[in-house]
Amino acid sequence: MQATLKVRRYTPEAAAGDGSPREPQYQTYTLDVPDYFTVLDALIKIREEIDGTLAVRCSCRAAVCGSCAMRINGQSRLACKTKLIAIAPQGQTVTVEPMANMPVLKDLVVDMEPFWAKIRAVQPWLQPTGPKPEREYIVPNEAMLGLNGVMACIMCGACVSACTVLEIDQNFLGPAALAKAYRFVHDPRDGKTRERLAELNKYGGIWDCTHCFECVTACPKGVAPMDRILELRHDAVTHGFTNTNGARHAEAFTELVRHSGWLDENRLPVQSVGLFNIKELVQLMPVGLRMLIHRKMPPIIHRPIPGIENVRRLFAKFSHE
Amino acid sequence: MLEHDVLVVGAGLAGMRAAIEAQRAGVNVAIVTKVHPVRSHSNAAQGGINAALEEEDSWESHAFDTVKGSDYLGDQDAIEIMCREAPQDIIDLENMGVIFNRDEHGRLGSRNFGGASFARTYFVADYTGQAILHVMFEQLMKAGLRIYEEWFVTRLLVEDGRCVGVVALDIRTGRFHVIRAKATILCTGGLGRVYEPSTNALIVTGDGMALAYRAGAPLMDMEMVQYHPTTLKGSGILITEAARGEGAYLINALGERFMANPRYKAQNKMELASRDVVSRAEQIEIDEGRGVDGCVLLDCRHLGRDLILTRLPYIRDLALDVLNIDIIEQPLPVRPGMHYQMGGIKTDVHGATCIPGLYAAGECACVSVHGGNRLGANSLLETVVFGRRSGRAASEYARETSFAAINEEAIVADEEARVRELFNRPQNGDRTAKLRWEMATTMDKYVGIFRDRAGLQTAIEKIRELKERYCRLPLDDHGRVFNTDLVFHYELGFMLDCAETIAVSALHREESRGAHWRTDFPQRDDERWLRHILIFRGPDGPRIDYLPVTITRWQPQVRVY
Repeated sequence: MQATLKVRRYTPEAAAGDGSPREPQYQTYTLDVPDYFTVLDALIKIREEIDGTLAVRCSCRAAVCGSCAMRINGQSRLACKTKLIAIAPQGQTVTVEPMANMPVLKDLVVDMEPFWAKIRAVQPWLQPTGPKPEREYIVPNEAMLGLNGVMACIMCGACVSACTVLEIDQNFLGPAALAKAYRFVHDPRDGKTRERLAELNKYGGIWDCTHCFECVTACPKGVAPMDRILELRHDAVTHGFTNTNGARHAEAFTELVRHSGWLDENRLPVQSVGLFNIKELVQLMPVGLRMLIHRKMPPIIHRPIPGIENVRRLFAKFSHE
Repeated sequence: MLEHDVLVVGAGLAGMRAAIEAQRAGVNVAIVTKVHPVRSHSNAAQGGINAALEEEDSWESHAFDTVKGSDYLGDQDAIEIMCREAPQDIIDLENMGVIFNRDEHGRLGSRNFGGASFARTYFVADYTGQAILHVMFEQLMKAGLRIYEEWFVTRLLVEDGRCVGVVALDIRTGRFHVIRAKATILCTGGLGRVYEPSTNALIVTGDGMALAYRAGAPLMDMEMVQYHPTTLKGSGILITEAARGEGAYLINALGERFMANPRYKAQNKMELASRDVVSRAEQIEIDEGRGVDGCVLLDCRHLGRDLILTRLPYIRDLALDVLNIDIIEQPLPVRPGMHYQMGGIKTDVHGATCIPGLYAAGECACVSVHGGNRLGANSLLETVVFGRRSGRAASEYARETSFAAINEEAIVADEEARVRELFNRPQNGDRTAKLRWEMATTMDKYVGIFRDRAGLQTAIEKIRELKERYCRLPLDDHGRVFNTDLVFHYELGFMLDCAETIAVSALHREESRGAHWRTDFPQRDDERWLRHILIFRGPDGPRIDYLPVTITRWQPQVRVY
């Protein structure tokens, strides 16, 4: 089959003429490839046979080294795990770009230091507190199997590239680091569960995820970082970390829906920041004013929906379970 | 000038373990690595790691299996050390945080593996290497060591016969630097890309072996190249031995479990005979027309969905991705493929090479614990045992040594001049990838599972022709930032050196032992060849020498599985 790849090229080195850095530009390569080729196979073929200046990180070709994450037709994924025939069955042009949310060094190669800095921020090493065992720690196999899914993470960065929160707030720890944190919170050998959860509760932590599902879609190893983040929230609340905007938001959300069957959007932000949190309540005011001006203010009188008793019955049933 | 007491080259399992040990020993240590540590090829080890941990098992049994697996070419003093120390190293890994599989009592649980007389392979599903590598990297982050990441070592610095540091290219800037070190530990892994196809990753290019060889250290057992019995056709991607360890069958086109055939001398262990034995049997089945499209079939169907999903999830995904075959429902076509280099830089049991100040550990080293054939799940073990030992020994050496005087400016100018010469070469139609392909397919054809004199001579001639062409090989990329074209150029030079040492050693060994099978000398010849081949770089090409095999308690026997 014929493959056409439109690759974003960039090098920071001065152009021959004026000495200014080159702007990124797209270069299109057309080549004949076998049906089984992945996007990575095609990039390697380009590099080996057509254009040795193309920079791309890759190594294992088997989705375990985590080198070749990039954006393919806008989606963050591993190039070695993406078959051309699956995304361009009629030989359509495939657009290949470096990962997002990380600075580009050259072509498809990004600087992953910001990624690793966030991984390091969760203190990602086992911190047992009891006495060292004579041999191995005795733990049920289920506990280890439960970590299998998250240890499968290869640190490729696809989830971080896809993260919509990081797009606007670089302070967010992000899906990879939080999934890594989960691995220790849920490791029965680790003794710092409470301290870890306390850290994860802070600004930039577990409550800053907006559940957009992008990281779940992007992850090539089924780690499902967002699901881990939601579990960590649950862990935080069960460990008594309820005095946070995030925990109050979840609590308020549930209570408001239980009460009226739909969300009272006037009360949700107020209850989330806390009724006596004057500083943050004041900060909410400009948002409220803008909503008023744009006629987006929800009705002041919030009435329960018809059939509210069914909603309450559902709540009763599930809170029993 | 950058300087460290101990400098580790390579950040796979052996390298990280060596660095952590050196730090524990209290010296200043740094790592220089051409890829980020978790991109290392230790990732690809799937099946597990061996140790005699159970009371019913013994280190002697593990050692004997290893000696027999090596076809008696392994040095028994080194094998004894590895097998004695293995249990503590596994426990250390577990204590660091590796999520090893457990038994019903919550203790470490094991699985069967090829060539082993006891189920002593400890594992994390079928991605054990990755699970250990990432935990080792966690320990490295905890230690906070200096890592020169994406730096490529082009040369070892040898002054007055001792290794005093390295020259390295910072790939991100394209600038050369000297890193001065009292002791240097090479942990650069194997040389898989010398062959095509190979299970090995694209970064596995024999760098450390060639660096040491060029610096004057001998390589040993280079003719011993392992072909793994279960790799995918075309890509050469690995399918773990754990599949057979869990009970999968190998069948031919007639539907027979051919390992039962008495001619293969493996009627007891069948599919779990050692790798050289199984790979040869498969190749004979294929060559004699009982293959399926150049492959035999790996049949996992009777293992059942549950076992496959919990213990072999990664290879199931891999087969689905690459061939669209679900191993739960269909047999998988596999063939023998180049996998591992038993040989390497000759070291003692402390990782010391023949050059003072230069150490080596892991696949790039040859202690020799694998001899003619490595047992599955002994490679991860070798990395942690000898990574640790070399880290300790190098630290002790460094403590009693001072830094050498080095003229960094002159050395860097020299490297720069070489790069300018490369950039100035006119295009002549040759390409790095083309030369590598010619080398690698030649090696697979003539220096693969079956070898003979004529084929080996053809291979050596071809390699020398390629070496000539390499001296005029032009580059596409003349930039400095992330010039991977330049890195591949260096790597190809390293691989050509490695290829030559393999072919020359293979031509020299006129017998069949372990992975080295000469159709013109089909018998093992203990009288003449119960010895290692050492290969040195000489002014007119490789020079051969010999070393006796260390035998402590296991005299050579006929090898039947």
